[in-house]
Amino acid sequence: MTLVAEPPVRTVPLEPQPAVAAEPEGAVKTKELVIVNWSGELDKVWPVMILSSTAAASGVQCKVFVTFWGLLPFVKDQKRIVGENWMQKMLTLMQRPGIDHLKLTKMNFLGMGPWMMGVLSKKYKVASPRELLDAATALGVEFIPCQMTMDMFGLKREDLIDEMGEPAGAATAIAMMTEADASLFI
Amino acid sequence: MATLEIAQQVDARGLSCPMPIVKTAQAVKTVASGQLIEVLATDAGSVKDFAAWSRTTGHELVEQSVDGGVYRFVIRRK
Repeated sequence: MTLVAEPPVRTVPLEPQPAVAAEPEGAVKTKELVIVNWSGELDKVWPVMILSSTAAASGVQCKVFVTFWGLLPFVKDQKRIVGENWMQKMLTLMQRPGIDHLKLTKMNFLGMGPWMMGVLSKKYKVASPRELLDAATALGVEFIPCQMTMDMFGLKREDLIDEMGEPAGAATAIAMMTEADASLFI
Repeated sequence: MATLEIAQQVDARGLSCPMPIVKTAQAVKTVASGQLIEVLATDAGSVKDFAAWSRTTGHELVEQSVDGGVYRFVIRRK
């Protein structure tokens, strides 16, 4: 009897992940805020952007874990339909991705609501989610996309804005939240 | 009272929360420790916000005043 030779298993060494450096004795720890950005609507993404940029402006280290519906606003502006199969494509056909195309959780009225919000925010010089996102990334807020959501929505790293950090999973989110001084799920 | 030497000015008049704080935080990075920043704002919430921000960051709020709806804050970088 001849045995079919098994292909040799190739093991590739992984880069070791950086260990969290121990705080030196007596050092004042920087305060940390973690926000889980889950929702993806205008009236939820806006406060996430306001709080994250203000945290960074206040010297509070801020990390935003971006998951589920919350990931779509972080798709690059020029991307219209994303995903690999028709179901994923349908999703972005029904909910246009990008931070300039957000719906409201209430009083959306086929886009009339967000349009009126836009007019009011310009009138009262309230910074838009996009302006706040630019400020937040400039001040060092970290945005961490959820790998599982990216897989399920068929999103590749290059579909997301360049300012996004390395994708991670739930265990990273839990570690972030338990190590932070405050955490929010929005 | 001696005139304070302002190293950097932030004009946040007309801007809503949180932009006066965000712009001030960006300006603070451009000056050296001990130097002063003057902020002008019209956001009524900024009185409480600058006090809170000073507490969290440790940058000292040296002076604050209001003149015809324009708030003026002088901040010393820690």
